[in-house]
Amino acid sequence: MLSIKNLHANIDEKKILKGINLEIKPGEVHAIMGPNGSGKSTLASVLAGREHYEVTEGTVEFAGKDLLELSPEERAGEGLFLAFQYPVEIPGLSTTNFIKTAVNEVRKYRGEEALDAVAFLKLMKEKMAMVNIDQSLLSRSLNEGFSGGEKKRNEVFQMAMLQPKLAILDETDSGLDIDAIRIVANGVNKLRNKDNAVLVVTHYQRLLDYIVPDYVHVLYNGRIVKSGPKELAFELEEKGYDFIRDENKVEA
Amino acid sequence: MNNELSAIEKTVLSDYKYGFVTEIEADEAPPGLNEDTIRFISAKKNEPEWMLEWRLKAYKHWLKMEEPTWANIKYDKINYQDIIYYSAPKQKKKVNSLDEIDPELRKTFERLGISLDEQKRLSGVAIDAVIDSVSIGTTFKEQLAELGIIFCSISEAIQEHPELVKKYIGSVVPITDNYFSALNSAVFSDGSFCYIPKGVRCPMELSTYFRINAEGTGQFERTLLIADEGSYVSYLEGCTAPIRDENQLHAAVVELIAMENAEIKYSTVQNWYPGDKDGVGGIYNFVTKRGICQGAHSKISWTQVETGSSITWKYPSVILKGDYSVGEFYSVAVTNNHQQADTGTKMMHLGKNTRSRIVSKGISAGVSNNSYRGLVHVGKNAANARNFSQCDSLLLGDKCGAHTFPYIEVKNNTGVVEHEATTSKIGEDQIFYCNQRGIDTETAVALIINGFAKEVMNQLPMEFAVEAQKLLAISLEGSVG
Ligand SMILES: Nc1ncnc2c1ncn2[C@@H]1O[C@H](COP(=O)(O)OP(=O)(O)OP(=O)(O)O)[C@@H](O)[C@H]1O
Ligand SMILES: [Mg+2]
Repeated sequence: MLSIKNLHANIDEKKILKGINLEIKPGEVHAIMGPNGSGKSTLASVLAGREHYEVTEGTVEFAGKDLLELSPEERAGEGLFLAFQYPVEIPGLSTTNFIKTAVNEVRKYRGEEALDAVAFLKLMKEKMAMVNIDQSLLSRSLNEGFSGGEKKRNEVFQMAMLQPKLAILDETDSGLDIDAIRIVANGVNKLRNKDNAVLVVTHYQRLLDYIVPDYVHVLYNGRIVKSGPKELAFELEEKGYDFIRDENKVEA
Repeated sequence: MNNELSAIEKTVLSDYKYGFVTEIEADEAPPGLNEDTIRFISAKKNEPEWMLEWRLKAYKHWLKMEEPTWANIKYDKINYQDIIYYSAPKQKKKVNSLDEIDPELRKTFERLGISLDEQKRLSGVAIDAVIDSVSIGTTFKEQLAELGIIFCSISEAIQEHPELVKKYIGSVVPITDNYFSALNSAVFSDGSFCYIPKGVRCPMELSTYFRINAEGTGQFERTLLIADEGSYVSYLEGCTAPIRDENQLHAAVVELIAMENAEIKYSTVQNWYPGDKDGVGGIYNFVTKRGICQGAHSKISWTQVETGSSITWKYPSVILKGDYSVGEFYSVAVTNNHQQADTGTKMMHLGKNTRSRIVSKGISAGVSNNSYRGLVHVGKNAANARNFSQCDSLLLGDKCGAHTFPYIEVKNNTGVVEHEATTSKIGEDQIFYCNQRGIDTETAVALIINGFAKEVMNQLPMEFAVEAQKLLAISLEGSVG
């Protein structure tokens, strides 16, 4: 479903991604771990099509299309979703109204009819239960004054509403209390099926107890330097990134 | 329909929608301003002698005045001798019912989305339609008359209700008030008049739609609205003009009078032609709007959505004379390309326990300039006056300007005056967040600005809120990304 080949990307002439290779197939869960500043969020941003991130080399194919040719909103329409590490606030714009616009814009992209108020509300009720989010939060301005955990939960709620093919969760677990992690992970698991995939970016093995990955990748200095089964996460948790650093000394 | 708009379609869509011209013969005064022009206008309208005298007095005063220069706006000197001060679409002598309105004019208003056909109106909105210098018809007059409500053109009111007009015209905005109001008093050609009798809640929105059509003309309308004791009225005005490469002057005066326990809600959706992307053409909108809360417990609320005009100069104000009276000013002013706006309000607290609230939202894009200018005055006798002002500016891009000029005069130390101001930018990260959810940049900007302006938009009557939201989006199309 997602095929990244030799991806290089710069910000302001600064090389951040230095040749990423990654294959994700439908139904799979991949985890990306790695030290601060290694390029995890940059990878997510490049995949989502953020401005000012310049791809200098490599290709990305998503659902049979050249992802890098598509605008960010087209990528969303194709089923790519990014749960942001730092969700933005938009004062005065109700969360519900925002999500309704998003759902209908994506439907429009796919040539589907817009949901009317009744259908939308029904969908919302169903997904609210799934991720345990409160109605009162959704009637407030988008992320404005939300606590860190509420923002993250709102991201997962939006994911549930948009039902993406590929969801990228960028440190969705950070800032969540233990119960919230379980709830969010449960939500993600309920949304999983054989046709969609998840890419989780996290610093903690804990989340992977709940969202069990098929593969764990270590991103270090703009490259995936190690990949392995879920046990790799335990190893990292235990040893820290030092052994990775040692292994990659020559390069760094 | 194809969902994908081509770049060209987008540009066309973002252009001013109301820029067409109606081909209709007009009855015009020769350009220029002198006593004869004023006599011509007055004679055309068959006015009583006192009205003519009043106009001439205003004219003489105007001659002695200087055009103000204190506002944060720039424009070439207006040549007042080039302007046509009276232009009326030629119609059959007298229109007795709305059915007799020239079909061309009727069509004009249909294209503007305004039906003069009473049966076609979905919601209860009565309309007075003013084109260039004259009112061409007022809907729902009979139903309103049953309640004792007078809603007609000011010309008609001068004929039919001279005692009311004589008593109140110039009572809130005296002819000597300022340069443009003096000019208006001399040459005003039409506008709306409204009187709500004691204890009557006006059952429908009253609305005036102003349209400038003829070339080279100025529009000088005069609106007078009186809410007698314990009455309520919600009033809305809308405005558009054709696309022209000349600047046309619009200098209106609006006076509101609220008696004891009366409430007036006055909303404006101003969308005069703003000029093109290079700043050529557009309306100079120099307007004096003022209301007086004459009686105790009265309330006047101004709401304005200002998206059009190349220059806007207006400060809808409230004189809080009655004890416990309330004044409100809710404003969204959008400037794009080369537009300039200097707008705000004056809250004059004179009575005891008076309250005022100011919420101003300025949105600037392109190379435009947007200024808020407001005065809160608490008089000697205005014990316990309270004011709260909130002025927020939103910038799109980095070539535009936002300025805030709050003036505060407090002469009674029991008063509490609070002022808050913020300036923010639409962030790339906000747009990207929306994009990532499948929302394109134009729609994202619309969502963000409507969020920003929500507190003001919420004040608009339901029937117009949706239109106004679309208008905000349209006037900023193409300004980001
Ligand atoms: N706009 C920018 N301008 C310059 N450098 C940037 C910019 N954005 C990111 N970087 C740099 O790119 C590198 C990778 O950042 P990124 O946010 O991708 O790291 P990360 O792996 O997500 O880290 P964390 O675990 O802290 O979230 C960092 O060195 C960061 O400082
Ligand atoms: Mg990160």
